Amino acid sequence: MALLEVNDLSISFEQSAGWLRQRYIPVLHQLQLTVDAGEVVAVLGASGAGKSLLAHAILGILPSHARITGEMTYRGERLTPQRQAALRGMDIALVPQSVAYLDPLMPVGEQVRHAVKQGNKRERQRESFRLYRLGEEVERRYPFQLSGGMARRVLVAAATASGARLIIADEPTPGLDPDVMREALGRFRELADVGCGVLLISHDIASALTVADRIAVMYAGTVVEIARAADFAGDGTALRHPYTRALWQALPQNGFVPLPGEPPQLGERPHACAFASRCSAATDACLHEQPPVRELRRGLVRCVHAS
Amino acid sequence: MAVIRQLVPWALAQCVKLLLLLAAVSVASFGLMELSPIDPVQAYIGADMMRVSAEQREAIAAYWGLDQPPIEQFGRWLTSLLQGDMGTSMIYRTPVTEVLAEKFTASMWLMGTAWLLSGLLGFGAGVLAAMKEGSWLDRVIQWVCYTLASTPSFWLAIMLLLAFSVWLGWLPVGLGTPAGVLREEVSIADRLHHMILPVLTLSVVGISAIALHTREKLIEVLHSDYVLYARAQGERGLLLVWRHGLRNIALPAVSLQFASFSELFGGAVLAEQVFAYPGLGQATVEAGLRGDVPLLLGIVLFSTVFVFCGNMTADMLYRILDPRTREVKA
Ligand code: SF4
Repeated sequence: MALLEVNDLSISFEQSAGWLRQRYIPVLHQLQLTVDAGEVVAVLGASGAGKSLLAHAILGILPSHARITGEMTYRGERLTPQRQAALRGMDIALVPQSVAYLDPLMPVGEQVRHAVKQGNKRERQRESFRLYRLGEEVERRYPFQLSGGMARRVLVAAATASGARLIIADEPTPGLDPDVMREALGRFRELADVGCGVLLISHDIASALTVADRIAVMYAGTVVEIARAADFAGDGTALRHPYTRALWQALPQNGFVPLPGEPPQLGERPHACAFASRCSAATDACLHEQPPVRELRRGLVRCVHAS
Repeated sequence: MAVIRQLVPWALAQCVKLLLLLAAVSVASFGLMELSPIDPVQAYIGADMMRVSAEQREAIAAYWGLDQPPIEQFGRWLTSLLQGDMGTSMIYRTPVTEVLAEKFTASMWLMGTAWLLSGLLGFGAGVLAAMKEGSWLDRVIQWVCYTLASTPSFWLAIMLLLAFSVWLGWLPVGLGTPAGVLREEVSIADRLHHMILPVLTLSVVGISAIALHTREKLIEVLHSDYVLYARAQGERGLLLVWRHGLRNIALPAVSLQFASFSELFGGAVLAEQVFAYPGLGQATVEAGLRGDVPLLLGIVLFSTVFVFCGNMTADMLYRILDPRTREVKA
């Protein structure tokens, strides 16, 4: 049984359009995803593809005007809003992107202690600080007094101290020193190796591939492919979706082939393959509807022509 | 220790600033009084004008030193001020320091109560509105605040007076104490009774600023990344607002309240005038209208120091309480 299973998840935002009328702006479309215990699943996509919405939907912290359909289960149990409220911070923890997610006026030790939901708060906080080489004096510091690397470790320490089994991690802010970045990503691998499931939200294939077991590629509000990390090799023939292949080929070491065009804006209900305008393999068949999800070579793909 | 080491040079700089400000303010007020068409002697004599001869008027002018050139008058005032003597009020015929002490005590109760009341009510209303952002409660609170903010306080004072004193007859029409009762016999209850309306007027003046400010700050905080993270950690409701909200909005709110001393003082002038409350505000109007230069200058200096202290406290709170302005202990 998967730790987390997301089935057909769609999200739209309610918007008032004049008096008493409402419009729904669709943002995520029929998304599929699973995370098993012990694995790191990277969710990859350009900004605006809906990655953080997915993370917030799993945690149940979307704004109140969001309408959610589809099904999410955690260890086989349906994630209802009540269940989410109970699991948030207990079983499912978020590791945010940067130090901006810490309360600027609260010492970080105290913030990590608030994250501890079981056992002695101070002991667990100290323990996880020791684990991440954070001295006791760091407890009393305020977020603005932390270096970039230290802040990362505090954020991961908070997730560890909480004892959560499913970690939803936002990739560290770009611009972090490469060593710090590597270390930060390595932490997620370690967490998976001790039995957690990690959902790593990322926009950078190269760094995601260093730690992930599987990669879910998002485009325009849906997952277009789920591939194993090993599929990202050579010229990308093992990959299933044209978009994934284009991303792979755009990397400097793979020929630097740019992908022309821009991704569509969120907010359109898909009546065709959202990638069609940029896809060199597009045919008429791609324009009828959003391509259904298919299983292919132990992965998933949403493309009519994938083989 | 670091805080104190940082605070000393800052405090010294503030003192210099205050001295310069006081000098500028006194020169300006003196100049304005010189230019004003009010003849202090005439104002002093009042209705008896016809029965006072020209010689007598000159004698009065000489007594107050009004026959001398303005520069000399100012010079004399300044010299005695530096010796700790603020001069004698022409209308009250007592030393200015005594008038100030008496009037300020009366005003302090008024302003202090109004200050606390408007601060607490405003803060509470702001927090409530922000927590229920977009609800009818939020809209009502905002509407009330905007209405209050655009209501002239003297008009409000008159309305309150009409409603509570004239029609309902619950509260006295004015004055700080019941009329015709000896000073020694005035009870605290009497004083409080007479304070209600002025305090109410004065509080209302301050409420909307603090409420709207608090609402905006708290909404900003509630939409911040760190509150999102706190929610992701399972925090919610009042506990969340208590832990992350109040911590982040209390300091700006308290500072704003301290920085509002000038509005408070300005409001007191109007409120005291309408309710004939014998405080500093009313003395200001009197001194101005009757050309009582020593008293007016005294009040101006005093209120400058008062407002300055408020602003300084606001600034100092940040310096002492906000960890981000403290030295980085790396
Ligand atoms: S469905 Fe068609 S347009 Fe979409 S990715 Fe596949 S081939 Fe390209």
